[in-house]
Amino acid sequence: MPERTVVIASSTGLHARPAKIFVQAAAKQGMPVRIRVGEGKPVPANSMLAVLALGATHGTEVTLDAEGPGADEALDSLADLLARDLDAEETPHG
Amino acid sequence: MAETLKGLGVSPGRAAGRVCRMAAPPELPAPAPVADADAELGRALDALRATAAELAERAEKAPDADARAILEAQSFIADDPGLHESVEAGVRSGKDAAHAIDEACAHHRRALLAAGGYIAERAADLDDVRNRAVAAVLGLPVPGVPTPGHPFVLVAEDLSPADTVNLDPDTVLALVTSRGGPTSHTAILARARGLPAVVACREVSEVGEGTWVSVDGLRGEVEAGIGEEAAAEIQRLAEAERRRTSTSRGPGRTSDDHPVKLLLNIGSAADLAPREVDAEGVGLFRTEFLFLDRREEPGYEEQVAAYAAVFRAAPGGHVVVRTLDAGTDKPLPFLGLAEETNPALGVRGLRVSRVRPEVLDTQLDAIAEAARQSGAEPWVMAPMVTTVGEAADFAGRARARGIDRVGAMVEVPAAALRAERLLRELDFLSIGTNDLSQYTFASDRQHGDLADLLDPWQAALLQLIADCATAGQAVGKPVGVCGEAAADPLLATVLVGLGVTSLSMSAPSVPAVRESLAAHSLAQCRDNARLALGADDPGQARKMIVPGW
Repeated sequence: MPERTVVIASSTGLHARPAKIFVQAAAKQGMPVRIRVGEGKPVPANSMLAVLALGATHGTEVTLDAEGPGADEALDSLADLLARDLDAEETPHG
Repeated sequence: MAETLKGLGVSPGRAAGRVCRMAAPPELPAPAPVADADAELGRALDALRATAAELAERAEKAPDADARAILEAQSFIADDPGLHESVEAGVRSGKDAAHAIDEACAHHRRALLAAGGYIAERAADLDDVRNRAVAAVLGLPVPGVPTPGHPFVLVAEDLSPADTVNLDPDTVLALVTSRGGPTSHTAILARARGLPAVVACREVSEVGEGTWVSVDGLRGEVEAGIGEEAAAEIQRLAEAERRRTSTSRGPGRTSDDHPVKLLLNIGSAADLAPREVDAEGVGLFRTEFLFLDRREEPGYEEQVAAYAAVFRAAPGGHVVVRTLDAGTDKPLPFLGLAEETNPALGVRGLRVSRVRPEVLDTQLDAIAEAARQSGAEPWVMAPMVTTVGEAADFAGRARARGIDRVGAMVEVPAAALRAERLLRELDFLSIGTNDLSQYTFASDRQHGDLADLLDPWQAALLQLIADCATAGQAVGKPVGVCGEAAADPLLATVLVGLGVTSLSMSAPSVPAVRESLAAHSLAQCRDNARLALGADDPGQARKMIVPGW
């Protein structure tokens, strides 16, 4: 099964706004995507509660997996998202 | 027939409108037998989807980015496929919709709490989703802040931070709570937003939904049953008053030109974004806002950048920085502090440096570097200083880094009693009236039944402030007040009369305080101070200064 391992770049971790952006993007992929921390249990990437409960902070290494046609492209785009500092983009307050 | 209800005025200003009550969280009825599991599941999921849709709609209308992010996250939680699966499992095992939602939320709540740290704080968002969805299933009013579609006076028992994040300043005219005190979240929020507020107004729980009321946040009075026309007239006058004061400008002065610096309480550079308020600097920069929600200590570089941003943005470049004020009452996961049975009396403020000295050292390094980069000369003070020895140690560490103006917050009576000795080690004092009240009157800041003891007009509190101010005057060193008491326009005259040299408050409070000082001479301020110190209770103090109060 295709996988991507990526380090969380957002300064607040996979939390608040970054979690929302990631879950939203994962839900838009045409296939189920899963996410795990290390060798932990993979959880559905389209579930806000499951993603939050991973407790992934800035610098945590997470692994994404998906299967089916287009899986590689889906994983690339999601991994790219996590590798960016989503807090720094369009910060609240301005 | 209009009826006057008394409470404690905590945020000045007048407003009038219809009462809207905040509904309590729904209570679960006894479990009901389920005849048709498919239909029951449909009811449960419909309630969750409706909740998600409503939260998403409110997110779009949210007043600022922070509130929007919280509401969007909540909407996602209500729509979460994992949550829906748990609800389905519950219904399939024979539970009714309300109980299935309740238990599914409890299950996911445990998972969030297990993740710990700031993730655990999201449990409150899940609780809110649970309350809304359960209320929807049971046909009960939506809990939380109401959205009646017209401006209203919000009436509640008390408000939590989670409730207040969603308050829309365009529709909430004033806040009235039956509990809460002068240092409760309700009071702090109201002052930050410039909303008139009355707390500890017990009888307000008897006022019916939709009743026309007027609120006087200075006198602490609510008039119920005034009628729509009277309300419109009060709103018109209040609006004219707001327009008039919003144009007020210039440094703080009594009518005979005695200067009193008017400063701002802020949490980050964002609080200094261009706005109408004219102030002479920042009197309290609460640095802990940078540290909240963090599992790891913010690094040196990040701190330098955040502090330099504030130094550059501050009016006149004047900033009083307070070093990290955390403890088991305001927990920060990365500090790893041991649990305490009595956090308010435990390791907090400067005391954290006893167990984690390197956190303060890094912060002082970062403040000094930010000062170099921005060319500012910040004043730096420590919270919860209690003894002269602590003050001397803190001053030594700050001065070793080239920080020239070092001071202390006076929040503990022990420090106030030794103000003269503290000022031998320090350059200034800043009185935090909220904590000084709590510790002088042995009354928890959030305790709704002790609001009268936490009234900043209490003479014992004013006596301690007077002692600090006198010690400052003797050696020509500044003694300011940065607690919420500084925002009370009438009390501000008392504080100035006691010898306080600066008043620091949230931005919306500045114009009214400036006007109040400009209307009093220094001699009148001293008279007010003498009267307030001589009074036996806060009510008497106010009456002596303003006849007919």
